[in-house]
Amino acid sequence: MFDVLFQPAIDGQLYIQWLLSGLMWTLLLAVGGWWIAFAIGVLVGVGRTSRNRAVALAARLYVEVFRNIPVLVQMFLWYFVLPELLPTGLGDRIKQMPPPWGAFFPALACLGLYTAARIAEQVRAGIEALPAGQDEAAAALGLSPWAARRHIIVPQALRLIVPSLTSEVMGIYKNTSVALTIGLLELTAQARQISEATFQTFGAFAAATIIYLLLALVAYRLMLWIDRRFQIPGSAPARKARRLPILRRGGAL
Amino acid sequence: MNALDFSVVVDALPFLWKGLQFSLLLTAVAFVAGLVLGTGLALVQHLQVPVLAQLAKGYVALIRSIPLIMVLFWFFFLVPLIAGWMFNNGRPMPVGGVLTAFLTFSLFEAAYYSEIIRVGLRSVGKGQYEAADALSLSTLQTYRHIILPQVFRVTSPIILSQTIILFQDTSLVYVLSLTDLVGAASKVAQLNGRLVEMYLTVAAVYLVICTSASQLVAVLRKRTRIATNR
Repeated sequence: MFDVLFQPAIDGQLYIQWLLSGLMWTLLLAVGGWWIAFAIGVLVGVGRTSRNRAVALAARLYVEVFRNIPVLVQMFLWYFVLPELLPTGLGDRIKQMPPPWGAFFPALACLGLYTAARIAEQVRAGIEALPAGQDEAAAALGLSPWAARRHIIVPQALRLIVPSLTSEVMGIYKNTSVALTIGLLELTAQARQISEATFQTFGAFAAATIIYLLLALVAYRLMLWIDRRFQIPGSAPARKARRLPILRRGGAL
Repeated sequence: MNALDFSVVVDALPFLWKGLQFSLLLTAVAFVAGLVLGTGLALVQHLQVPVLAQLAKGYVALIRSIPLIMVLFWFFFLVPLIAGWMFNNGRPMPVGGVLTAFLTFSLFEAAYYSEIIRVGLRSVGKGQYEAADALSLSTLQTYRHIILPQVFRVTSPIILSQTIILFQDTSLVYVLSLTDLVGAASKVAQLNGRLVEMYLTVAAVYLVICTSASQLVAVLRKRTRIATNR
């Protein structure tokens, strides 16, 4: 079934090298996008709980806009629309980026900012799940609101939401396949290319599917390890109640 | 940068409306079929039906681990083969992208709905089963009249949030070149070269529909809280 992978392609490489190059772009997009998403997600999530009306409103707007437009459409906005709306010189510079990067950077921005909106909601839920006493005790110790968030609230909230962040991690690696619509040759696109070049559709798709399954397994194990490693001491029995948010799905795919 | 000219969008409105109707129809069919199938998948796992429970579990885990686009490609490839094997003496039978899309989305969403319902089933108190047993209701009657109505009530906000995501996901039929809202916009954009106006319009339409829908879900979430908790 998989012998097709070890046949040479027209460019002299083996087909399996096509698949591995696709895997590399998928991983680069997923890992890079994740860090953008995590950084912005935490900031926006904290902003959602701010007592400052303007900040809270801005954070809410961010979440609504990025969560309520399909990833595919956002991908098109970054790739086709943004360069046209920027000043001509800058827009042309973006359009002239050499092939893989010209599609990679818009895809990276798209997945990062989309996933950030989803993470922000999880962070907000985590902050709201903390007892009010945490905030009050921090204030009693004379910590400023900023210092309380930085040292007391956010570190606890993040540890609470690790199980529900798992579905966001799974979501972002699955969403990387949407980048094929703007021409990035990631894993799914390479599988399709192999199928078109060889007509060995079953083998090509099965190989890509197995790689995705392995990625899912790795992501799941990694998050489980992080959850155990950073668990708030003494909170283990409360874990069962936190199962439900895992189900909230990580996005399009 | 050229000046934006939204009059091209006005000209394309009837075509875009057709596309949106297809997106909505696909969402509705996948919602109904996915919920029915998903409930089935959840029930065989909950009742621990031998073999079927393991198959359901494996199916759900598989579907939830691979991207929807990959699933669409799989079905686009497999459905003609299976249909040919069943109705056409083993010769592949062209099925077309539209039918493939309906099938794929129904089967794909079933996996996601089943996980929601499975957790909902676990949240129903043991006393409910015992009381149904004491009233000598059959298993079928117990689930039909006692358990499932409560499960649907508790999970309805999550099911609806999932359906909003489903509506957004239907845009991915773009990879099968179908004419949903995004497909319609991109076909018009290729003809008149007005990518910017077309895609901005599509984004606005999705934003309005999905934001209003999620406001409704928020209201529903408040209402469906079962007042007397176990």
